[in-house]
Amino acid sequence: MREIGFEKIVETVSRLFIEANTELGEDVLDAIRKAKDMEESPTGKEVLAELLENARIAKEEQVPMCQDTGLAVVFVEMGQDVHIVGGHLYEAIQEGVRRGYRDGYLRKSACHPFTRANTGDNTPAIIHMELVPGDRLKIIAMPKGGGSENMSAVAMLTPSVGKPGIMDYVVKRVKEAGSNPCPPVIVGVGIGGTLEKAAILAKRALLRRLGSSNSDPELDQMERELLERINDLGIGPQGYGGRITALGVFIEMMPCHIASLPVAVNIQCHAARHKEAVL
Amino acid sequence: MGEILRLQTPLRDEDVEALRIGQKVLLSGVVYTARDAAHRRMMDLIEAGKPLPIDIKGQVIYYVGPAPAKPGRPIGSAGPTTSYRMDVYSPKLLELGLKGMIGKGKRSKEVIDALVRYKGVYFGATGGAGALLARSVLEAEVVAYEDLGPEAIRRLVVRDLPLIVVNDVLGQDLYEEGVKRYSRQPQA
Repeated sequence: MREIGFEKIVETVSRLFIEANTELGEDVLDAIRKAKDMEESPTGKEVLAELLENARIAKEEQVPMCQDTGLAVVFVEMGQDVHIVGGHLYEAIQEGVRRGYRDGYLRKSACHPFTRANTGDNTPAIIHMELVPGDRLKIIAMPKGGGSENMSAVAMLTPSVGKPGIMDYVVKRVKEAGSNPCPPVIVGVGIGGTLEKAAILAKRALLRRLGSSNSDPELDQMERELLERINDLGIGPQGYGGRITALGVFIEMMPCHIASLPVAVNIQCHAARHKEAVL
Repeated sequence: MGEILRLQTPLRDEDVEALRIGQKVLLSGVVYTARDAAHRRMMDLIEAGKPLPIDIKGQVIYYVGPAPAKPGRPIGSAGPTTSYRMDVYSPKLLELGLKGMIGKGKRSKEVIDALVRYKGVYFGATGGAGALLARSVLEAEVVAYEDLGPEAIRRLVVRDLPLIVVNDVLGQDLYEEGVKRYSRQPQA
């Protein structure tokens, strides 16, 4: 058994959320630069230039790139030979979120569903835990904003609609979202599993590096086709009209019930924030 | 691309009437922040016949819940939140004299009609550019509903806040016109 201390996890989670919120990934910056070259709409080009300038300011001044610093989503891959000492893993993650959002001057956006009273420290974090072989602990911090999350959905499609039906549904979802999720967006698609599994697959898909290919050739082809169809919608940067509505489409798939065809679409704005650490 | 127009709040009817969709604007002066919870409370006051905590005549409301200010700064990152959640409240506020709203995302038909009827404007600010937009904020002070935290009503003094006209007094919609121009899909 390899031991990892409670405080080490708290520090790591805190640091990851601050970094994720202030430093946009190189892959996203590259994708926006390329999009700016390809965009035909002058207003669209200006919006993309603003996003690049915004990312530069955020990093330089160590301030969040967006005021919506998200609900704190955390993916954990815990090696089965890891033993956490000094406290419970989940409590360490919650404490890390509390500390990161306080020390990083990040907005606290968690509230009671009915009264809307703010919990005050951005907890509870949303934790997706997986047990894996080995003696390492991988933590991925993913602050997820409300604007793009609100435009996301899960559908239990009829199996007969097949692949074309899935593709139509994804395009329709992005079209209906329109200007709301701050395009250009990244589209995470989860296919198969159950209701909740499809949604988690879609969210996990958003962790992929922009510009990377899907390892499954069929899904890779589907991603390319979907990206083209989405960019043909003409929504454009911020929805003001233009060529670039999405920077990427990522699909994850698994088997589903013989009666079902769950499809989840998780929309992510350009602030595709995720940082990871392996302890 | 047209000239960038400099505008000063409070806005007069003639300021708003001259604006057309797609126009770039640099806005200066006082703007008030309010989002879902603050709107709900203001609506409760209106329904109870009580005065609002701010005089909205000629004013502009910015839909933003800023990040906390770092020491020495007036405000943290401050980009727009999605506007449709305020759609149910906006026509009433426009009737009472509100002149402008700043946000992102499409407005309802009721809001667009109210902009025509009461002479108002809806501006878009770039969503996700909160660090950049915060640079235009010179002062920020909570003036109501402090308990709402990021959702409190703040009085901001802004200089050259970069905006674009999305809905104008003619009932035009930049989102619809923009998509029509660039869509490669058959129009429904």
